[in-house]
Amino acid sequence: MAEPFYFHTQFNLVEILNKKSKNVIELLEGIKVVPDSSIFYHTHKFLEQHHYLLPEPANDFAYWISDVLEEKTLGEEIGSVDIVDFPSIRELRNRFIEILEEHIDKNRPVRNCTEGSEFHFMACKTFILPTPYIAHNLKEFKEILRKISKSSLYFHIFEARIRLGKVDNDFSRWLRDLGKDRIAAEISHLDPYTYTLEGLREKIISIICKEN
Amino acid sequence: MIKLGEYRKIVGDEIIDELHLLADRISGKTIQNINSTAVGGGVAEILTRIIPLLKELGVNVGWDVIKGDEKFFVISKKIHNALHSARVEITDDELNYFLDVNQKNAEEIDFYGDIIFVHDPQPAALIEKRNKIGRNWIWRCHIDFSNPNKRIWSFLKSYIEKYDTVVFSAPTFGRDISTKQILISPSIDPLSEKNRDLPEKFIDSVFEGYGIDREKPVITQISRFDYLKDPVGVIRAYRLVKKHMDCQLVLAGGGATDDPEGKKVLKAVMEEAKQDKDIFVLHLSPASHLEINALQRGSTIILQKSLREGFGLTVSEALWKAKPVIASAVGGIPLQIIHGYSGILTHTIEGTAYWIKQLLSDPEYAKKLGENGREHIKDNFLITRHIRDYLLLFLSLYRKEDIVYL
Repeated sequence: MAEPFYFHTQFNLVEILNKKSKNVIELLEGIKVVPDSSIFYHTHKFLEQHHYLLPEPANDFAYWISDVLEEKTLGEEIGSVDIVDFPSIRELRNRFIEILEEHIDKNRPVRNCTEGSEFHFMACKTFILPTPYIAHNLKEFKEILRKISKSSLYFHIFEARIRLGKVDNDFSRWLRDLGKDRIAAEISHLDPYTYTLEGLREKIISIICKEN
Repeated sequence: MIKLGEYRKIVGDEIIDELHLLADRISGKTIQNINSTAVGGGVAEILTRIIPLLKELGVNVGWDVIKGDEKFFVISKKIHNALHSARVEITDDELNYFLDVNQKNAEEIDFYGDIIFVHDPQPAALIEKRNKIGRNWIWRCHIDFSNPNKRIWSFLKSYIEKYDTVVFSAPTFGRDISTKQILISPSIDPLSEKNRDLPEKFIDSVFEGYGIDREKPVITQISRFDYLKDPVGVIRAYRLVKKHMDCQLVLAGGGATDDPEGKKVLKAVMEEAKQDKDIFVLHLSPASHLEINALQRGSTIILQKSLREGFGLTVSEALWKAKPVIASAVGGIPLQIIHGYSGILTHTIEGTAYWIKQLLSDPEYAKKLGENGREHIKDNFLITRHIRDYLLLFLSLYRKEDIVYL
């Protein structure tokens, strides 16, 4: 008998770091030293703040490189890093470092942005708390999925996997314990970064509905 | 008074329920707000709205106001302007007087809060009281801090660095200080007169009253008559559009009665507008919230072509009304508009004219921008998000780790 699924939610308080960059060299220096919560914030902020957009703009780094520095090729390269392939922030950070170092080696001198358009590094402090929702079986799970906030959905799919290092999203892990391996696998195989949060909610519900 | 439950139909039950979950975690702590005025000005307005809602959530929250004479407020106005990078002469005697008044208030105020939440520069030096009473201290800066006068910033910095946490409204306002800096954007209240839904008939009546034709496209900028809002640039952009497309321009705002510079700007605007019957320059009183709301709702495109801007809440107001907005990429505007997704960011008169023409020619795209803009404001810049951030801010004082399990 699997444990019930306890739905949690999360909120971020955003911190302004004393660090900004005016070109890709300074961006690289920043990416190397900022805390993990900063890399997470800049690669996931769009998902939370602009979840209604499809196609979503890429991560903050890519948006700044493309739209402010107007380095379209590099912006596309940074923007197309497939976050879902990275099990941790450390590995994701290393990939950005690799791409930027390779670009800087081949493209000197680098371009500065106009004054006032610098990239400001931020970080986030994340608060996780339980909601009153508890699912004891698949039927309850599906019903609650329709009601939970976008923050709760975001937490179990994105935050749990890459930030809390749980390897897979919370839903799939619980569904496997419940013996629902097919549904678990199908949710695991989704690329959640290509959906809006509402679209993702509907997709997961539709996967569960196929079971009935 | 507006009750929290009234926001449920706007933001959804789950958002209000989550505020209750968070507020429960701060129970037992008292938050004491301190600022310089109980009425008038943006800080008093937001506290008037937020404090009753925090109380309804069960948070112990109070509000105290420092006392000062006219001389103190003249000096603090100078400090405010200097932090806005205006050229202002402030003598050492004036700075000493500013500190004396703060010290006197520090002696007289009953510091009953576990968290002392100080707003803006006027009461910033109250922090000196901390040596005696301890507690957690937050300084909330509501003003544009992107380019403060160096001498005044250096004076203020020695006090700000004694706080536990400092809060700014935009990333660009952050400073090179040792204190932890938090980003909390301001917000709009969707149920206020400025933002609530209006009957179409009322909107029609406002447009009719000014002789503006709702059958023809209406381009509008709402802002006080100030060079930094570039109203003359707006007219020039309109003229570039007008060569190819029939449209009207509305420039509406205040600031031209009590401000000598405002009068000059209004005169320059009138000269630039000349006899164009499709340009409407409306000088409105500060209390014309419903009229401004109607003008925004009835417009085809909203502009905010500022040369400098604080956070730019007029942009939030326009986006909330699902209007396509073309605005300058200054101050807090890039936080509200992602170019091409939730609005358009421009840098020049020509660029502004180009995008007005594009949006007039492609109303479907303009509509999508407006819809995206409204969603963005709903999730990120309404008063409910502001309350959530304040609750997180209070909780952060007691939990130092990056990931906090509550």
